[in-house]
Amino acid sequence: MKELAKFRDPQIAKALIKEVNAVAARVAERLGRRIVLMEVCGTHTVAISRAGLRGLLCDHLDLRSGPGCPVCVTDYADIDRMVALARLPGITVATFGDMVRVPGSGSSLERERAAGAEIRICYSPADAVAYASAHPAREVVFLGVGFETTAPAVALSIKEAARLRLNNFSVFVTHKVVPPALDALLSDPELKIDGFILPGHVSAIIGLKAYDSLNARGLPAVITGFEPNDILDAVRQLLLMVLAGEGRVINGYARVVRTSGNTIAQQQMDEVFKITDAPWRGFGTIPRSGLTMEDRFKKLDALERFVLPPTKSRVPSGCVCGEILKGKLTPRECTLFGRVCKPMAPVGPCMVSSEGACAAYYNFERRQRGGTAVE
Amino acid sequence: MNDMVLLAHGDGGVLTHELVRDLFLRHFPNRTLKGLTDAAVFTGLAGRLAVTTDSFVVSPLFFPGGDIGKLAVCGTVNDLAVSGAGPVYLTAAFMLEEGLPIADLDLIASSMARACEEAGVEIIAGDTKVVGRGHLDRIFINTAGIGIVPGALDLGYERLAPGDRVIINGPIGDHGMAILAARESLDFAGRLVSDCAPLNGIINELLREIPREVKMMRDLTRGGLATAAKEIAVAAGCDIHLEETAVPVRPEVRGAAELLGLDPLYLANEGKFMAFVSAPSAEDALAVLQTHPLGRSAAIIGEVSGGSGNLYLRTPFGGTKYLDMLVGEPLPRIC
Repeated sequence: MKELAKFRDPQIAKALIKEVNAVAARVAERLGRRIVLMEVCGTHTVAISRAGLRGLLCDHLDLRSGPGCPVCVTDYADIDRMVALARLPGITVATFGDMVRVPGSGSSLERERAAGAEIRICYSPADAVAYASAHPAREVVFLGVGFETTAPAVALSIKEAARLRLNNFSVFVTHKVVPPALDALLSDPELKIDGFILPGHVSAIIGLKAYDSLNARGLPAVITGFEPNDILDAVRQLLLMVLAGEGRVINGYARVVRTSGNTIAQQQMDEVFKITDAPWRGFGTIPRSGLTMEDRFKKLDALERFVLPPTKSRVPSGCVCGEILKGKLTPRECTLFGRVCKPMAPVGPCMVSSEGACAAYYNFERRQRGGTAVE
Repeated sequence: MNDMVLLAHGDGGVLTHELVRDLFLRHFPNRTLKGLTDAAVFTGLAGRLAVTTDSFVVSPLFFPGGDIGKLAVCGTVNDLAVSGAGPVYLTAAFMLEEGLPIADLDLIASSMARACEEAGVEIIAGDTKVVGRGHLDRIFINTAGIGIVPGALDLGYERLAPGDRVIINGPIGDHGMAILAARESLDFAGRLVSDCAPLNGIINELLREIPREVKMMRDLTRGGLATAAKEIAVAAGCDIHLEETAVPVRPEVRGAAELLGLDPLYLANEGKFMAFVSAPSAEDALAVLQTHPLGRSAAIIGEVSGGSGNLYLRTPFGGTKYLDMLVGEPLPRIC
């Protein structure tokens, strides 16, 4: 942990904050409006919130949470299928913890657990394989949720289950990949985002080449780590690019991210998964943005293994999370905001994540009524 | 005696008597309990009395730093202590699942006896019920406690005033992290140990030294420091400002929490309390706490201001965060 100290050093942070605010003032004056930067990754969102950075940079700058919280962008229909799986007799659903509270159109895994379903929280897909191996009488279904950071470990566990010839283990795959979602955001000509903070961990897996199309668009983007000073330095570099009228992808996380990425992890994913179109909560289907299992692992695919009762997902219409993330609408312009869509009953990803644009807005307004305004 | 709890241990018959005589009375050998009357009748408590009750359902039953028995005694003792009461008597009700090893029950009862001795309290009434397999998770314990509040002592939300300091008696999150690590068999280097301890001793010293300047106290249990502070801010109708750098957290707890995406501010504690003390007496209070073994790393972590129930955390980077109560159980994050 010691080598990380300088990335957390408050003195360095304070100097960076001062510099960022000074540059931001110049950029905002030049643009004639506030600057909008998007942190694509949910872990960046949490890190920004932990350090309280949003409030320190808010004079001229909005830091907006992007589509990079994998739990938040899990589609209604997928959660409804997870719920349906949990309701089948003899099934143990194994999942990462933060999936259990996300509501589908009728229920959540948290509610199903209360109603008697067996839901086990795992720290790693390997835990789920071990559990299946130790409990041959249970059908263990692991929920494969996450981006390029979790998919390789899930791929490994699928291979391990195949090697062990486990006949009571399967995976419900809803893995997604980040670059196509970014492309979908960027393809909107009315996009109002000045730069991107790109995910450090995802980039460590996929490498720089995965951002070729982003690079070609000429938008400022910086890959960075998760310590406060990593993030502040990324913001500084983004603002300098905006000021200079430049736009390219900079690797600000060279201590971890290599040009070629982690080729071993990529191989694991390639071996077990193939690319498919995938539905993203709040965005609709994004072409080639999801993973599904290769045919030779079909026996370990939960959707092949179990016949689910047909579910009708009732998605409240009118969610404009996609437009909010692109900076085209504000949460208050959404007809669902605060009425149908609230933190305890979220519709879109911007409300599911406590740091999402809509949840932040909702809580901020409540606080405005209650007292002082801070982050 | 049998080696496991049977349904018949709860039917009021021979096995019930055997269990009470050979196990509970052996560990709790006080005169009132020995009478085995329907109610404990006692004299000697007069003045302002405080009563509290709490139920304990922890899993695993045994964890580094404690077990459900120690927890059941300390939890109730601490609720009395932070209310300014000197705990005197406890009651204990045991709900047992058939099949529970008697050896486990014996360990739990002996641990309760040790905790009672440490806290200077006696268990004077009790109850045992047994339910069928699967109807509860091995053992649940309810304890109730009664204590005496010194006549002159005045603690309460309404006494909080702008400028009051918030003091904590040591590092946060030890219990929550220890339980999580034990529950999930997480293999962390370094030992995570629960802070489970009776706080009446250290609180007694604090109140003896500066009885008037302590405005109110709260033990930090489920929901952690942040939830407790938020509750107090709301109830008192003031704002509370915490300094993140001042809040003590053990490196091993911080590391484990970071790995799992958990925030120590929301992790459970079982041997920590915060005291709100008038500013001029804060350093004195700190000195008193730091001389007690349960307060060696006590710290002033924040202060009260006028406001409307908000809790703020100043980060090391100069940012200010708004903290809310814990929403649901703390869950490890995916990324």
